[in-house]
Amino acid sequence: MEFRNLRDMATIQPIAENEQHPDVALVERVRAGDVSAYDELVRKYDRQVFRIAQHITQNREDAEDVMQDAFLKAYEKLDQFQGNSKFYTWLVRIAVNESLMRLRKRRTGKMVSIDEDVATDDGSVPRDLADWAPDPEQNYTQSELQKILEKTIKGLPPGFRVVFELRDVQGLSTEDTADALNLSVPAVKSRLLRARLQLRERLSRYFKRKSTRSAAKSTASDGRKG
Amino acid sequence: MTCTEFLALLDDVIDDSAMAMRADLQEHLSTCEHCEVTLSTTRKTIQIYRSHQLYEMPSSLRERLHAAIMARCKKGC
Repeated sequence: MEFRNLRDMATIQPIAENEQHPDVALVERVRAGDVSAYDELVRKYDRQVFRIAQHITQNREDAEDVMQDAFLKAYEKLDQFQGNSKFYTWLVRIAVNESLMRLRKRRTGKMVSIDEDVATDDGSVPRDLADWAPDPEQNYTQSELQKILEKTIKGLPPGFRVVFELRDVQGLSTEDTADALNLSVPAVKSRLLRARLQLRERLSRYFKRKSTRSAAKSTASDGRKG
Repeated sequence: MTCTEFLALLDDVIDDSAMAMRADLQEHLSTCEHCEVTLSTTRKTIQIYRSHQLYEMPSSLRERLHAAIMARCKKGC
């Protein structure tokens, strides 16, 4: 059994506590009037911000607007940015708020919060305990797999999707995720566990190992086709 | 250790390699196929989502949005 620590695959690299984050220098340059430094920050984080906006709004046009608005708002408010928070977590907070505002508009003013739908127990206890085929994604084309992954994660509440994206895909720490989403650390942990288990449960429909009988039947049918 | 106790520690087992080596967890996994499958398939779930990132921005869209942001920033937003 493999016990590799999944945090090793993080896309956003952690910085040692006594080390200055490279974003701090860029922010200082922007504050001093160097717009090209902001260009660097935008290029560094635009993909991640776009993905977060897509996860929350589930709408491509909204995600484009959110990305633009979040970076413009961050630029305008850069004076309010406190060095004790990381630039990226501060930016995510702005992007999440912008995304929720878009959702609210679409739902004609209904309050939308990252806290909603947390009461669900669905998927907290694994039900489908069948093992998966080895390398199950190999059974699908790239575009089929993409559709499966999108459909699967869409079924989760927005507050679960964004926690999973920040923690497991982008590799933020639990503390930074809590900071970015204005949630407590226990709330992030609880959502992450539920998100992971619900995704696992839903993906099992596609990835579980076929029984010997159905595999034999499929082989026989393939033989007949040939 | 019961399955419920193991499940409560699942995230720690996934995120912390030292925790994953704990003797009582290893012992439970060696005798409980359900928890072993839950752990391995949950790990696989994370790995698949990480290696097939969703919602990639096409480079043309990225450049367009980027140009729009920078144009507004240069004007002072």
